Order: sequence, then structure tokens, then C-alpha cells
Amino acid sequence: MSEPRKARIATTSLAGCFGCHMAILDIDERLIELLKLVDIDRSPLTDIKRFTQRCDIGIIEGGCCNEENVHVLRDFRRNCDVLIALGQCAIMGGLPAMRNAIMHSDDPLRECLEEAYISGPYLRNTTHNIPNDPALPLMLDKVYSCADVVEIDYQIPGCAPSGDVIYSALSRLLAGKFHGFDRETIRFD
Amino acid sequence: MVEAHSTGNGVAAPKDARNSRAITGICDRFGNDPHRMLDILRAVQDRFRWISPTAMETIAEATGLTRIAVEGVASFYSFLSLEPKGAITIRLCDDIVDRFAGLDDVVKSFEDELGIKLGTTSVDGRFSLEYTPCIGMCDQAPAAMINDIVVTRLTKEKARSIARALQSEARPQDLISPQFDALSPYERVTMAVDSNIKHAGEVLLGPVPRDAGLEKASVLQPEQIVAEVEASGLRGCGGAGFTTGAKWRLAAAEADTDRFVFCNADEGEPGTFKDRVLLTERADLLIEGMTIAARAVGASEGLIYLRGEYVYLQEHLESVLTERRTRGVLGTDIMGKAGFDFDIRVQMGAGAYICGEEGALISSCEGLPGEPKTRPPYPVNRGYLGHPTVVNNVETFCHAARILDRGDEWFHAIGTKGSHGTKLFSVSGDCLNPGVYELPYGLSVAELLRMVSGEDAAAVLVGGPSGTMISRDSFQRKLTFDDLATGGAIIVFSGKRNILEIVEYYMSFFVHESCGYCTPCRVGNVFLQKAIQKFRKGNADSSDIDYLRDLSATIIETSRCGLGVTSPNPILSTLENFPLVYSAVSKKSEDGMKATFDIQSAIEEARGIAKRRSYIFDRDYGK
Repeated sequence: MSEPRKARIATTSLAGCFGCHMAILDIDERLIELLKLVDIDRSPLTDIKRFTQRCDIGIIEGGCCNEENVHVLRDFRRNCDVLIALGQCAIMGGLPAMRNAIMHSDDPLRECLEEAYISGPYLRNTTHNIPNDPALPLMLDKVYSCADVVEIDYQIPGCAPSGDVIYSALSRLLAGKFHGFDRETIRFD
Repeated sequence: MVEAHSTGNGVAAPKDARNSRAITGICDRFGNDPHRMLDILRAVQDRFRWISPTAMETIAEATGLTRIAVEGVASFYSFLSLEPKGAITIRLCDDIVDRFAGLDDVVKSFEDELGIKLGTTSVDGRFSLEYTPCIGMCDQAPAAMINDIVVTRLTKEKARSIARALQSEARPQDLISPQFDALSPYERVTMAVDSNIKHAGEVLLGPVPRDAGLEKASVLQPEQIVAEVEASGLRGCGGAGFTTGAKWRLAAAEADTDRFVFCNADEGEPGTFKDRVLLTERADLLIEGMTIAARAVGASEGLIYLRGEYVYLQEHLESVLTERRTRGVLGTDIMGKAGFDFDIRVQMGAGAYICGEEGALISSCEGLPGEPKTRPPYPVNRGYLGHPTVVNNVETFCHAARILDRGDEWFHAIGTKGSHGTKLFSVSGDCLNPGVYELPYGLSVAELLRMVSGEDAAAVLVGGPSGTMISRDSFQRKLTFDDLATGGAIIVFSGKRNILEIVEYYMSFFVHESCGYCTPCRVGNVFLQKAIQKFRKGNADSSDIDYLRDLSATIIETSRCGLGVTSPNPILSTLENFPLVYSAVSKKSEDGMKATFDIQSAIEEARGIAKRRSYIFDRDYGK
């Protein structure tokens, strides 16, 4: 009898801090159990840059702050059966979305970049320019949550979610028994 | 006379001293009483065209308050300004009915002629031009207030000639009539604003004998009066519909030496203007009704809280009060009955919708910001300055006077079960005959639409934005307390109007008028308005409809007063009665991609900043 097919997982970090990926590693020695059930496809953990085949689960860290984030997220939606938004940035924009508070300006993005690179009081930017290398993706007018851009199937809340929460969600999902979290598990304090 | 505000340098010192004397003079006139703060601030605003920081300090000193307490009141009301306003302030009514009647052209005419943009004051300090929410002239829209004067039925030509006249030193009064000063107060009112009575019923707008109700009440015992009003089935006409007799009974039952009778003439619900007509044409009847209420509950002081927008009626009301005092039907020993003492003063509001809520109205009369009070205690138990206070709508008092004259059975027989008597409807919008209609309760919307020649209506807003928006399939519903309750506003919209534009306007109205005390109302209404904008821009999907319902439920459940409890109604009633409007503009996701996210508009700003195109989303990148 052949082994049951292993689930394929892909992960990516969009406008996030990689903290959620660090939290995945906080699953610790249980990772060994987990890896018996899954193969990891496209992911910063494997350094595979493109999907090698269709995946069962896509895990997204971070929201969308630039065009490349949108491009990657749409690629994940096309190539994964189930998409999970991992952590607050993916769920609602998180810390990067603080720039969305600049809303009473005619040109909020420019105002944000100018404060960050030119006029902020604690800056030392001898070029007095806003970085504009052609390789830099264009920024979006504001930071969008993943659910603003594509359909998201599950959310794992936290900043970052604990290794336990991620492990419990993934292992129950793989067993076909994930129906969200009870309040005790994800409460703040 | 308008005095420029000093910049605080040495040269201006004598003027400063003179200004400060003028302000202490005003405070003196109101007995330096902090409860008269709204009157003091209105007087300072009228004279100096703003409430300067120095003025606030002077007022604080005179009234024994802190400056910040004075500022709290001054910053609350939209007719009080913390920045210098023009000697002539033009406030254009920005109601949706005015917009549909051509407000944009009128604004443009004023802007062109005065050389200033809306929301600004001219450099020479002569003119300010701004918007204000509904001023109660929907039947003769577009309308505007020019200082204390109201002008109606504006067109772009009329607006131009008004602006030109004001520039060549005409006074606002001269716009009404060149002989304004020679007119009687009643003539001044009716020359400016039409009463537009389109249908007079038998209770209020038909022939009314003078003081017949008061004559009968003066020989009755207070409890007999209450019993009669209770038996008539009269319910409050301001919108909530509380039984009037029960309210009076509760106030009379309180053990207190002082009781008050307040008339709520702060009809701020957009589209309502029936009290305006009663205050113009039936002021005597209103005061008669208040005097009867005073006898019923044992009050010796009364107050008419007149909304700031109706300041043009103030002089008329004062003259009716004076005339009644000389006739012996107001003041001391009314109708020659020793010990029957009752007098009334007019309290002006200053442009705050929330002050139509009775707790907020009382706060305002106490010289505080017009914030609602925590209930209970109810005003009938502990209201104005802690004393039992009866607050009734203008129409309610008028009805009470007629009930005492004609008897409870006569009144009870009119209308339907649970909704007795007649009701004034103020009809405006897309119909041929806007105006005030006095009709018995129980009429259907369709019947009313026939009377006003608005048969091609696609939507009717019953009760103003805090009421219900109904569609054609509900026009058979009845105008009663049990079916479609209304404080009087009936706004008719034809098929060419955009329902979502109307809803967004009303949400912006509630955002503007929320007093800011509680978060669900202050913040929640902003979110609701934004969500509606999302629909209008075509960026909404079905989850946004759930969001509207959830957020509305939260606001209704957690708000502190009636404003937040009713503010989601424009959304909830259109979701209920016009579901296709919402589903027609919501987009469905395709292949898991949200159709509501538009990458092209999201990167447009960055294209301009980076001065390049997108290598991912612009196909011609690099070409």
C-alpha cells in the first residue's frame, strides 16, 4: 500500500516583517511531525521562487503595500486551494497600514514618502531623494489587507501568532477538522 | 455694527477695553447667569461675528465659569464661531431637497459675485459663505439664511441679484422688503417665508377660536385637564409618540415646588417644517396650549426652545407673548384667576440638530453644550435644573388647546385606533404641491401622494432620515403610529433620483450632527458613510452588505440617545426596501480575485511619483 499523499504547502511574506515566518519555526520539534505530513513548495523556507506544481495550502504573511505584493498574492490564489492569512498584517494591514492614517491629503503617498525620506526630523539622507530604482515595485496608494485583494479562506490572528496556534491550526486543517479557534485560544491577555 | 478683532498689540488697547466693556455689558444683561450661556454667546457672536479667546475669558470671569467651560459651549453650536465671520454670513441650506432643486447653481452665483469660495470669509470681513443642514424650507428650496433673514426659492439669477444688493450696502432685511422696518413682526415673517398651507384640517389649521381652550381649562382642576388630554388619545407629535396625558400626569405627580413646561420648537429633522407654519400662523394657539399644560402640571415658568434657523420668527413670537400678557392670558392671574401664574420666554438655539432630543434641549437651556442626558431620570421626573419638566412638540401643545375647547371625544373620534386626531405633514421633494397638509391619521401614502401630485414617486421618505424610506410596493401603508410613524416629514423622490446619493447625504448629515459624546455614534456613522461611498464608487461586494447590517446593529444597540438609535435608518430601510439598488452595484469575485480591488487606480499615484510605469501591470512597460 502506498503512502498517503503529502499535502503541499507554499508560504510567502508580503508587507510583513518575517515575524510570522519566525513564528512558524516556533512550532519547534513538532515541525518534524508536521513535515511527515507536508512538502513545502514555494517558500522563503525552501528558497523556491516559483510554484513547481499546484499546492493545497498557501500561507500568507503581510498585507499588500506595493504592486509586487498584489502580483504574488494573486499568484498564490491561482495556485493554492486554500489560502490562509497569517498574522495581523495579512488580516487587516497591520503596522504598515499606519500610513493609511494619512487620509486628509490630496497626495497621501507622496506625503508619506516625503516625511520618511526628506522632511522627517530624525533623518540623515544626504541624497535628499526618495528611492526610485527601476527595480523597486510601485507602491500602492494605501496598504490593503489580503482579503481586500483576493478571497481568503482562513485567518490565524496574532502579532505574531504563537507557534502553538499555528501548529494547532495546521494540524487540524490537515486532518480536515479545522473550524476556527475558540475564544480562549486567541484572546489578547 | 461689527467690530474688527484686535490683534492684541498696544495700539488696539483702547478698543480692547471697549470690547471687553461691551461683553461684560452683555453678560450683565443676562444677569451673569451661567445658565444663560447660550444667550450670552449668541449676543457676543451677533455683535463681534465671532467668539474670540479674549471674549471667552471675559465671559468666564463674568459668569464665574472657567474659560474651557465657555469654550465647550461655544465650540458645540455651529452658529457660534471660534474664528471671525463676515459681517454678513450667508448660510446656504445644503439639504438633499435643495441639492435636487438646483443648489449648485446658486452656490456658483454667490461665489462668483462675492469673489469667495464656499466655506470662506472675504478678506475685508464683509461676507462669509457656508453650508448649513436643512433650515426647514424644503417646500421652497433652495433656501438660505442671510444673518437672521431667510430667503427662499433661490435661482442662480436671484442669488446674483441678492449678492449684488448686499455688496452695494443693502441690509439683509431690505431683501425682504424695502419697507421692512415699517412692517409688523407677522408681516416680516410672512413676506420672507410662505406658510404654504395646502390642506387645512379641522383641528389646527382651520378656524380656531381664540383662547376657547384656555377659558375652559381655567375653570377645571389640574387633574381634570390631565384626564381630558389622556382620554383624547393625544400622542406627542415630534416623532416618538409618547402619550401626552401620561407625560403630564408623571410631571404633576412629582413632589417639587418648581415645575417647567418647555416647548420643543427645534424641528431639525430634514424635511420637517410643519412647526414653522404653526409658529407663524398659530403662535397664539401654541402658547394657549402651553398655558393649559402649565395649569395641568402646576408650572409657573415656560420656555419655547426655538431652533437657531428660525431666528426670523423670534420677534413675531415675542410680540405674541407681549400681546398675550397685556390681554391677561399670560403672566400673573391668568384669566383673572388668582394664583394662575405662568410666563414664557423664548430660548434661541444655535444650529444643533441634537437639541431636538429632549435631554439635549434641556442641557442647552441650562447653558451647557447640547448633549443628551443619561436616562433615567426622565425629564418629567428631573429635568431642567433638576425639576420636573414637560417637553412637548409645538404641534402637541396646539392639539392640547383644541382638545380642551372641543372635548376629548371629538378629538378621539378623528383618526384611527391608537392614532387619534389629525397630523400635520410637511411634504417636499418631487411633487407639484409641496407644503403643509393637515390630515387625519390613517391615510395611506398613496392617498397623500395623490393630494400632493407626486404620483410618479419611486421612493418616499416618511419621517425624515430617522424614519423609513419606502418603495412603490409599500405605498399602501398607512400613516399612523403603528405602521409608518412620522414627526411630519414626507419627502418624495422620483425615479430619476439616485437612492444611494440620498442615503449618503443623510449619513453625512448624521455625521455632522452627532454630538460626539458616545463613540458608536461619533465613529460608527463615519464608517457607515464610508461604506456607502464604497457602494457608490462600485467598490463594494456582498460582504459589505453584511458589514452595513452588523455595524448598524452595533450603533443602534450601544448609542446613548435617539440620534444613534435612528441614524442607521436610511441604510437599513433602503436595504430592506431597495435591495436591488445595493446588489446592482456590488461586484462578485471571479476565480477568487476581488473585483472590488482595482490595481490600476491603486498604483496611479505611485506612477506619478516614480515617473515610470509598472513592469508588472503596464503591458507597454519599457516601450
